[in-house]
Amino acid sequence: MTLSRRILLGLAAPVLAVIVAAVISTLVLVATGDDVGAFWSTMLSVPASRNIVNIINNASLLYLSGVAAAIGFRMNLFNIGVEGQYRVAAFAAAAFAGAGVLPGKLNTVVAILLAMVVGAAWAGLAGLLRVTRGVSEVISTIMLNAISGALVGFLLSKWGVATGVSTNTKVIPHSSWVGGFKVTGDPVEVFGLSIFAVVVGVAFAVVLNRTRFGFDLRATGSSESAAVASGVNVKRMVVVSMLLSGAVAGLIGMPTLFGDAHNYGTSFQVGIGFTGIAVALLGRNNPIGIAIGALIFAFLSEQGNLLNILAGVSPDIVAVTQGVIVMAVVIAYEIVRRYRANLEQAAVAAQVEPHTDVEEAVA
Amino acid sequence: MTSTMEPGAARGVDAIKVSGVGKSFPGVIANHDVDITIRAGTIHALVGENGAGKSTLMKILYGVQRPDEGTIAVNGTEVALHSPSDAIAQGIGMVFQHFMLADNLTVLENVVLGAEKLHGIGEAARTRIEELSSTYGFGLDPDELVESLGVGERQRVEILKVLYRGAKIIILDEPTAVLVPQEVDALFENLRDLREQGHTLIFISHKLDEVLSIADDITVMRRGTTVAAVRPQDVTARKLAELMVGSELPSPGTEESTVTDRPLLEVEDVEVVDAAGRAELADVSFTIHAGEVLGIAGVEGNGQTELVETIIGMRHAARGTIRLEGKDITGWGTLERREAGIGYVPEDRHRHGLLLDSPLWENRILGHQTREPSVKGPWLNKAGAREDSERIVREYDVRTPGIDTNARALSGGNQQKFIVGREMSGDPVLLIASHPTRGVDVGAQAQIWDHIRNARRNGLAVLLISADLDELIGLSDTIQVMLRGQLVGTFDPQTVTPQDLGSAMTGAGGAA
Amino acid sequence: MSVPTTAVETAAPAPGRMDTRSRMWLYLLAGFVLVALVRVVSGANDVDSAGTLRAALESAIPIALAGLGGLWSERAGVVNIGLEGMMIAGTLGAGYFGYHYGAVAGILGAVLFGALVGALHAMATVTFGVDHIVSGVAINIIALGVAGFLAESFFSALPGGGPTQSPELPSVTSIDISFLSDPATTIQNKHWFLVSDLASVVGALTKELSLFTVFALLLIAGTGWLLWKTSFGLRLRSVGESPAAAESLGVDVYRYKFIAVVVSGAMAGLAGAFLAMVASSGFQQGQTNGRGYIGLAAMIFGNWRPGGMLLGSSLFGYTQAMQLRSGGESLHALLLVVFVILLAVAALQLVRKNRTQAVLSGLLGVLFLVWYLSTDKVPREFTTMAPYVTTLLVLAFAAQKLRMPAADGRPYRKGSAG
Repeated sequence: MTLSRRILLGLAAPVLAVIVAAVISTLVLVATGDDVGAFWSTMLSVPASRNIVNIINNASLLYLSGVAAAIGFRMNLFNIGVEGQYRVAAFAAAAFAGAGVLPGKLNTVVAILLAMVVGAAWAGLAGLLRVTRGVSEVISTIMLNAISGALVGFLLSKWGVATGVSTNTKVIPHSSWVGGFKVTGDPVEVFGLSIFAVVVGVAFAVVLNRTRFGFDLRATGSSESAAVASGVNVKRMVVVSMLLSGAVAGLIGMPTLFGDAHNYGTSFQVGIGFTGIAVALLGRNNPIGIAIGALIFAFLSEQGNLLNILAGVSPDIVAVTQGVIVMAVVIAYEIVRRYRANLEQAAVAAQVEPHTDVEEAVA
Repeated sequence: MTSTMEPGAARGVDAIKVSGVGKSFPGVIANHDVDITIRAGTIHALVGENGAGKSTLMKILYGVQRPDEGTIAVNGTEVALHSPSDAIAQGIGMVFQHFMLADNLTVLENVVLGAEKLHGIGEAARTRIEELSSTYGFGLDPDELVESLGVGERQRVEILKVLYRGAKIIILDEPTAVLVPQEVDALFENLRDLREQGHTLIFISHKLDEVLSIADDITVMRRGTTVAAVRPQDVTARKLAELMVGSELPSPGTEESTVTDRPLLEVEDVEVVDAAGRAELADVSFTIHAGEVLGIAGVEGNGQTELVETIIGMRHAARGTIRLEGKDITGWGTLERREAGIGYVPEDRHRHGLLLDSPLWENRILGHQTREPSVKGPWLNKAGAREDSERIVREYDVRTPGIDTNARALSGGNQQKFIVGREMSGDPVLLIASHPTRGVDVGAQAQIWDHIRNARRNGLAVLLISADLDELIGLSDTIQVMLRGQLVGTFDPQTVTPQDLGSAMTGAGGAA
Repeated sequence: MSVPTTAVETAAPAPGRMDTRSRMWLYLLAGFVLVALVRVVSGANDVDSAGTLRAALESAIPIALAGLGGLWSERAGVVNIGLEGMMIAGTLGAGYFGYHYGAVAGILGAVLFGALVGALHAMATVTFGVDHIVSGVAINIIALGVAGFLAESFFSALPGGGPTQSPELPSVTSIDISFLSDPATTIQNKHWFLVSDLASVVGALTKELSLFTVFALLLIAGTGWLLWKTSFGLRLRSVGESPAAAESLGVDVYRYKFIAVVVSGAMAGLAGAFLAMVASSGFQQGQTNGRGYIGLAAMIFGNWRPGGMLLGSSLFGYTQAMQLRSGGESLHALLLVVFVILLAVAALQLVRKNRTQAVLSGLLGVLFLVWYLSTDKVPREFTTMAPYVTTLLVLAFAAQKLRMPAADGRPYRKGSAG
């Protein structure tokens, strides 16, 4: 199949999904009597430079979250626990950095490493449960999400500092903060640590497609039986993938923590873990697709914030749009996949002579 | 050999008459000009090699496929069968080679499924099943879970299923393929009882000695058409075999022996147990020397799969040792064994041999992820893998548009050729070939055999598992027979006869 | 939903050993006695008071209904992670229809909304062959978004309502069987070992018993009858055990899977109605709080059978009820229960000669004992965690002995038979 045809087929599903989502969102708005015109004009308006910064920031967080989920998905492991992993990791990093045991940027570096370790461990727990006790990682990661919320809440209540309405960890010393990039003239900056998104993305692409480990991972996700016969230690792969997935999840909170909030508390941003799963599905678990998905979702969310003011529409409609995109895209991917397989088989049959391999055809 | 009387043969109308039936698929002619007459109340055997068209014909008779030409008459009336329900309505029932049973359901539930209207799913059904079971001596308990039944019992459940639905004409597709000798005897008893009661049985097989002992009539198929209709008392197994292959039996290769006296694989007293502790392999010992092909013959399901998986490292022996070139590899994992030079052509290429949705060049890497030319250190060597894939496609005549085509798109024969080419790369010292030419066309088969012979000349040791007697006799230097997890006989391919092998494989006796 | 790593035990028990059902009753009895004992020893009378048990029942029903939904779906071979989303749809439906048209309409509306979302899952998995878990996750994302949006649209303008909650909904009738519950309460308050505990159980079942609860229990029993005693049920189960066998016998595999998943959504919707109308006073955003997943865990715990699933739901409901009552003290007493159970497990492992496992269980048990002795009560957040930790523990210990429908989770394409 030619390259151009491959690309076309690759894009067909997401494009189709976005169109379907647009149609359905419009229909929902019509049904609830909202102003459809205003909705579209707001959503399609060019964002102000300040909003562009927000979009970039959010997209990088979503990207990290998407990659974390995708590492698991590639192995047919459903790590729904990204949310919980990033929460405990962010808490651990914030508490450590806030204690200020180490000076300046060393504090930052160690805290980030700690976040990765804690995230990995929280995910690794689910991985271990799966290989040793056969517990489905879907349920165990979801349970761990809930447990993480309660656990962090408990630890905050014991060690946290109450500041007005929320309880937070101690503020991180100024010398450990990470500055941002001034991309536009606004006071809002792009998080310094958002480059993690780029680093992780490149690493993900390289490891997945160019290393032996990545091959083993993809093979196990594609056909576990073939992977076993080829020498892959599946149990080890499961645990390692969950650890990696959790480590990346641990990074999700870092840009915000060191670039904006400077402590972790009850008002820290939540929900990115779940949206990341949606982004991974939209991007079909590949590094570039996830990036595009993250940008789309971040764009939608940011524009959505304006809906209340500019169009009198609840911003929740954006959540509907995002949800429909996910559902439509997974269905569309299935359809495209089958179409593509048929195309390929026809191409092979056309090129190759018929044979008297009877057992074959009737098997 | 068989009785001259025909108990239960009704006079007059033939149970089934197939005239001029033909069926093609894209690129393949499965059946053409098929003529069969099956007399009512008889056991009629249909014999032929793999790929002779028997299965397609049976699927036509059962309504799963429709013929492109020709007619079928059941009990004298011409019929058109569009689905299994039509066939069932005509009183035709089919017992498939691969059982269609739900393990977690009981015998009763499996039997009444889809036919609940006949006797409900409660007491009436239970009574009917017990009735049928005792009439034919099946000995089945309606409330037992199918999971706990042995192979022979499961087959009887399948037969019960068709009887429950009122079948008078029963088709059995390779029923003895997975049975041990006592089970075969029990099955034949059941079949004779069914014949007494007026049923007509169609028995598809390629086991000639069995066919001769049970059938009243035999039809031979070859290359999609019927070539002979004979009575068992008029033929010998040898003659039947010749009718099936169209010529004399293959003679073993007459080239000079390449067997050296350097032992390559030494297996000693290996025992493998399943999760419940039952022995799947016991006291297995053999040696394969460099340049030697050891062929393992045996009815499928007698431990061959377990043996292969133990040697490649997918399973571990509970007892015994395995040595490769003198090194003890008993505790080694699959990866280490492959790195030490073991190649593996698996029985089920879709499950164990390929990543179906990946391109061919990526499949080149499968099983060779730690060795040249697929890798350089921790990195994949795409260029190396691609180049070598091109080489394999050339040398093994793999018919494909390119190495970027997904494996799924290739035909089975070409997939297999690619796998063989891959496993022979990197100069393995031992090749495990499990049914290496199953489902492969004759041309490809010959090519694969040539490659194996070449490699053998260069010192390769081969463990060959096969159900194809041609293959076993033609390729092996030594043949051993596996039965119920143990090795029960050694034969020299130069002197062995099909009857000897058949007897040992079915436990009917040792070498003639 | 659990990943088999060892061979499954055969159903036929070895001669001389009890069958699984009798064994379960024995464990239940033993557990009851144990809890009664711990109550007396620790003085935490609320551990199994009628009030606690009533709260436990109320917490258990939504979980059980969700689990029932999971059971319907998985028995037909379709994994349904989207139960949470279907439950959310149910709470929304109950809020909307309940407020505008009354209690019964609320229940029906919840069922409708749940079934609609179920149909979406069915379409994705059965018709299009999307991976079951991926579809379930997508369903949850959509349902959350849609519910959030529609809630704002439905309720913000209503009196007593707001963008994330509905006004108060009409309640479902509940009954009092006072000639039983009054004496039961009296006996319970005497705090006699075992007798008072039994009285608590009676009291819990006879006072403020919602008709919805009775309905739910009937549904669970009805499911058992329908799936195991009728042709419809046999066909549905066969589709989940061996769709190839079913197809070869003329069963329309797609149809049964579709029906099962839609019913599954309806059940989850019903769970949502119970949450909104009995357990709370109306729709609240976020009120499902993971119960869909806990329901799945209850289903696995119950070995994909309604009775076991109900038992599991009761266990999880009980831990949730802990939060609402004088949580800290009762949960503290439960530490003792866990200690005894772990000790029993350790003893069992010793008998089976699993030395390391016995030591581990024993150590863990001692840890719990130490925890009990060194504290007075368990912090509030831990009571919040209790149901989830319990779920994990139960799955970790039980997952391997269970037998899920053989073809569960595998997308099926027609024509794969023969």
